Amino acid sequence: MSKNLPCLRNEQAISLKEIPVLKDIDFVNELITGMSEGLRVITYFGDRINQTEVILYAVMADDRNGLLYAVSSSVNSESFPSLAGRFPQVQLFEREIHEQTGLVPEGHPWLKPVRFQSSSIYDSFPVPPKLIGDADFFRIEGKEIHEVAVGPVHAGIIEPGHFRFQCHGENVYHLEISLGYQHRGIEKAMIGGPYPVTPLQMEAVAGDTSIGHMTAYCQIIETLTKSNITASSGQIRAIALELERCANHTGDLGALAGDVGFLPTMSYCGRIRGDFLNMTAVICGNRFGRGLVIPGGTGFGLNKKQSSELISRMEKGLDDFTSALNLLWDSPSTVNRFDSTGRISKKLAMYLGLVGPAARACGCIKDVRQDHPDGYYRFAQIPVCTYDTGDVFGRAQVRWQEVQASVEFIMQQLESEQNNRLSGKPFDTNKPLKSGALAISLVEGWRGEICHTAITDAKGHFRRYKIVDPSFHNWFGLAQALRGEQISDFPLCNKSFNLSYCGHDL
Amino acid sequence: MKQGYRTAKYPLAPPVLPDLFKGLPEIDSSRCGLDCRICVEGCALKAIERTDEQTKIDIGKCTFCGSCEKLCPLNAIHFTKQHSMAASKRENLITGHKPFSGAAKLDPRRLSMFKRSIRLRQVSAGGCNACEADVNVLNTLVFDLSRFGIQFVASPRHADGLLITGPVSKNMELALKKTYDATPSPKIVIAVGSCAISGGMFAGHDEVNKGVSEILPVDLFIPGCPPHPYTILDGILKCTGRI
Repeated sequence: MSKNLPCLRNEQAISLKEIPVLKDIDFVNELITGMSEGLRVITYFGDRINQTEVILYAVMADDRNGLLYAVSSSVNSESFPSLAGRFPQVQLFEREIHEQTGLVPEGHPWLKPVRFQSSSIYDSFPVPPKLIGDADFFRIEGKEIHEVAVGPVHAGIIEPGHFRFQCHGENVYHLEISLGYQHRGIEKAMIGGPYPVTPLQMEAVAGDTSIGHMTAYCQIIETLTKSNITASSGQIRAIALELERCANHTGDLGALAGDVGFLPTMSYCGRIRGDFLNMTAVICGNRFGRGLVIPGGTGFGLNKKQSSELISRMEKGLDDFTSALNLLWDSPSTVNRFDSTGRISKKLAMYLGLVGPAARACGCIKDVRQDHPDGYYRFAQIPVCTYDTGDVFGRAQVRWQEVQASVEFIMQQLESEQNNRLSGKPFDTNKPLKSGALAISLVEGWRGEICHTAITDAKGHFRRYKIVDPSFHNWFGLAQALRGEQISDFPLCNKSFNLSYCGHDL
Repeated sequence: MKQGYRTAKYPLAPPVLPDLFKGLPEIDSSRCGLDCRICVEGCALKAIERTDEQTKIDIGKCTFCGSCEKLCPLNAIHFTKQHSMAASKRENLITGHKPFSGAAKLDPRRLSMFKRSIRLRQVSAGGCNACEADVNVLNTLVFDLSRFGIQFVASPRHADGLLITGPVSKNMELALKKTYDATPSPKIVIAVGSCAISGGMFAGHDEVNKGVSEILPVDLFIPGCPPHPYTILDGILKCTGRI
């Protein structure tokens, strides 16, 4: 990779002028060299300038050194060279570029729609409407084959998505996942922003990851306005993010137990998850942390009384959680269902660019809090929890370890400062954003790496805002994990990943 | 591990809510300045209106972010701890200028069928998963929905009604209509969350509708973003005549 590529860190902005605009061949060569050297593409998107020109932006991460490399290309033709065949980690990014800008990734092995958008994000560049779910599914023909279609409306209380299984008896030969049902047009609404409704929409990108996405957004605003947040605010944000992690992991572990019929753990975890959510509500009144993180700091402080309340609730919560999970680990028949189910190798995980607990369960040591620490994680470290089997058991183990690590982290933070933590001075929302810049912000949400990238125009408004939820990387991993599995293990595998439909669909 | 009996005493006792919980807003229009429009202009969702010297808030659009309360220089707006906010008519969600009239019981025919046992099919039509999560939690033992004879079922064929979250994204419109058609009559439709009531923070986007009412007739509106599980539970119990 050429040494001329501008290098930035998490939570930084650089002027667009500093990013070299390369010809398409040179651009893809930079990506090829980068990925061959072990860098990861964390965001890759297109910005249509006019009827004939699209600027492609890509950022690669060097996790070992905590560095990010930005590169761009100006494309004046209708296509650009695809790298998906050789580097599957970019396959979905390329399909999305096609759907959002109309450019064709030449040579993409499987150019399917991503969100079945009925309207383009650019008013001046309409896209032909598509019927959702109407795609070329990879099918197996044969008298003994049967094709199972699940969704969009699912049996449980869950978001919609379409799953197409090609089965021979119980054996799944191929699973294809078709999403887009939750598409609300968030990226389109960001153009020209930020608007008054933008912070609310950022909290709802994935409603169960409000703290994660909102922190990523606030970090973008803060870096584009050169604002610093107080240490207290940083600490409260970290506490909130870890509480979000604990609540969701507890819920997932309970649901995994439920999916194999082990009801004691399912029942306990259902309650304990609520206990964690209520801890977030102690800080801000809302169980999902809405309004807790705001540009410039936090919407709420944390006084002594709240801290003591949280400490006692956390102790009880961890105690209950540990007992509930030990019931599960002590049940050989339950563990047997998790063992070796939905296995992904470490090599495949790296090949596909998986992130979060799903990647860590395969032995990939990848965590934004360690590799590209943002906010308070620059001062207080949390151990990275990994396992090595890459199966449902591994993903459950990683969650089990992460809750324990997060609780310890939260307790350390709560006990470290005995005085009232203030929320910081009010942020001037009229402060202009740096114009003509690219800003990037990474957060380790509970599902994995969240990446927000903003491109500002000459007036300091968003020209383009790209949100990459960890689910964007991981849905393909789930599809791969089902190959060779029993279809009856699908709920278990699905729950072990527990990906966001709306985070993918935006 | 013994956790003992953990089901909340609600509805026989008031619900346990967080200290900072924001429930039904109250507005004292007499405090408002004649030409003051700070809250009207400060609300990102355009949920507040000021007409005829009365300030009204549409809690069907409100996400309970509390900005209006913080912005008001005269303390005219206050979010109370009242969790009971469901309504049977959309217009009753516009409040602040008159006392709030909540959810009414269903009509006699459906009430007689659903009072003691109702099965609901949940459809997420563009919801962000927060409303879905707070509906799901009703099945856990603190709330224990099944003790009221209320259950969520896996198929619309088994259901007495639909509980819908999300603004109804265009991509989910057909699936939602088909699910509604597959549910046998008589049936009820419950819209949970500001997105399902009015399109919420996504109202005006080409990709979504402005709530369930644009597609289907709604019998119960439950405001919030997301509504607290007790708000959802209270709404369903009121409309089935249990409380």
